Amino acid sequence: MQELIKAKAIELLENGTVDRVLGWKTGEFFYDLTPAVFTSREEIEKDFVYSVFSGANLSKYLVKESRKDGKVAAFLKPCDTYSFNQLLKEHRIWRDHVHVVGIACDGMCDMEKIRAYGAKGVLSVERDGDTLKLETLYGPMTMNKADAEAERCICCKSRKLVAYDEKIGEDGDVIENSGRFDMVAKLEAMTPDERYAFWQGELSKCIRCNACRNVCPACTCEKCVFDNPKSGIAQKAAVNSFEESMYHIIRAFHVASRCTDCGECSRVCPQNIPLHLLNRKFIKDINELYGEYQSGADLETRPPLMNFTQEDCEPSVVYERGGKQA
Amino acid sequence: MKQLALSKLNELFAAMAAQQQLYIPADKGGQAQFLPYVDGMELTKSLNTARSAKDLFFPQTEDIVGFQVKGTEITIEETRDPGAPFVVFGVRACDARSFEILDRVFLSDPVDTFYETRRTNGTVVTLACTRPEETCFCGAFGIDPANPGGDAAAWMAGETLYLKANTKKGEKLLSSLPLLADCDDNAVETVQAEIHAITEKLPLNKLDLTGFDGDHLMEHFNNPAWSKLSESCLGCGTCTFVCPTCQCYDVRDFDTGHGVRRFRCWDSCMYSDFTMMAHGTNRPTQKERFRQRFMHKLVYFPSNNDGIYGCVGCGRCLAKCPISMNIVKVAKTLGEGTK
Repeated sequence: MQELIKAKAIELLENGTVDRVLGWKTGEFFYDLTPAVFTSREEIEKDFVYSVFSGANLSKYLVKESRKDGKVAAFLKPCDTYSFNQLLKEHRIWRDHVHVVGIACDGMCDMEKIRAYGAKGVLSVERDGDTLKLETLYGPMTMNKADAEAERCICCKSRKLVAYDEKIGEDGDVIENSGRFDMVAKLEAMTPDERYAFWQGELSKCIRCNACRNVCPACTCEKCVFDNPKSGIAQKAAVNSFEESMYHIIRAFHVASRCTDCGECSRVCPQNIPLHLLNRKFIKDINELYGEYQSGADLETRPPLMNFTQEDCEPSVVYERGGKQA
Repeated sequence: MKQLALSKLNELFAAMAAQQQLYIPADKGGQAQFLPYVDGMELTKSLNTARSAKDLFFPQTEDIVGFQVKGTEITIEETRDPGAPFVVFGVRACDARSFEILDRVFLSDPVDTFYETRRTNGTVVTLACTRPEETCFCGAFGIDPANPGGDAAAWMAGETLYLKANTKKGEKLLSSLPLLADCDDNAVETVQAEIHAITEKLPLNKLDLTGFDGDHLMEHFNNPAWSKLSESCLGCGTCTFVCPTCQCYDVRDFDTGHGVRRFRCWDSCMYSDFTMMAHGTNRPTQKERFRQRFMHKLVYFPSNNDGIYGCVGCGRCLAKCPISMNIVKVAKTLGEGTK
């Protein structure tokens, strides 16, 4: 797969379709890939990597890249194409300046899970089918790729490429019953006190690094209110742990019905807060109250929260949901 | 040197905690962090904590002063936490070195008395790294994980914990713990040799820092590679907040409704409003912000501080950066430029 992608990147550059390529650049250990722009055959041959560690969603970089002169090729995985569509819908990407190559994906790995599995001092990771071969400071080891997969990939919602100019590999399908709402359902079944304790426990770990916001393809405001010293609410650190919950809950509200559930927020969180659960709660509620909706699936359907129909639920629905009040 | 059977580790913790507040690295919420010791708490199996030991001396947020407003009268309130003696056990050699770097910033004139109080109150017990990770590169800064420093150092070897005092504070602590037995100083030689055998194999431990000094300042500053290095940077503050040596902070006022709480909180040079002045900002794009962070650690800090780098090679930024861009990649790329 990597060789096909590299060949395609070189072909697009050399036949003049594009003048630069957005992909993933090799690191020190083969798992620490960095999103990068490539402009020559030499760079691509030397540094371009597509592997189970190419988890970074490149679509948000296109907001900036597509505004530059010329054309950029972007390699997008199925979930990345949902973000791409959503950004197009919001007129954030200049479509004419992008050549999208859709690439098949069968699940990305998470280095944190590999470490949690017991691998220490991992020097390199090589994939061999369903197995990962690890070279470590303390000797070689193997593990199933499935045990190293990122949570967002274990309950992948779709392997379908929803936007591309051309594609590499077999296109997949939308996955019904992905199980991605199971944890949300568990949280809903808790008492309000238990749920509050769960979220206080998680959100109080927040260090306000803002990585979740900065990586989020649905967060593309030119200037975030939290970065504006004149807003009166710009805060680099929390006043108390409630402040942090407000930040994350407000952010989840802000991206509601626009979040495609790409899972980047949880991938980048240095404190391992399961932020995607907030977004999934919104998605689940929207599905239940307004009918099934997947943001980014197409360019036409109006997002339910930006639309009005007479069948829309009444605000009083909140009294019927959310469990018993304390 | 003192020794104790590792099976009695919890008894040691209990004895320390009986004297003063004790912090140990333990697992909570899926990762290791320094936590106030409670009975039965277990030492983490992780090599290092997600956030550094800096938190205990320079917390992310702390109140500086308060103002009470009544009509036209404003009264100033002392909100300073007087603090109390505490011990932090299990600090790694990298974090222990970070205190020396922070000391140069906070304890030079004018002294930061908030930091100073915690440094005076705190006793640091370090722990040698028996299983370093691939992201470790403390060796590049002359740090030896087999001799971790601090007020007292600890080693785990087989079924035994060894402890050795390095300062008067450390001696006072160890001599107050009757469950420790005396032993010979060379008891840890074997484990030290084992650690050195591993550090020899660490891929980044011999990171070449030639040319990172005041003499090559402008060469580094004007290196065209900064554009490429910073192109994918998200501008989040992860690297700065997990870093044991990042020391920048902002001072803000919180309106309590009937007064003001003035607090300081960590700031990040990665943020767009960092060091914002009346005329605006002198670092308008992420490239300049990104450059600032690494120039500070690798060039400005050493040229102002006897060649000591503002990095200890703990590897946290390597493990946590969302785009896996880090000081090692920067040093390697810039290093090429001065060869």
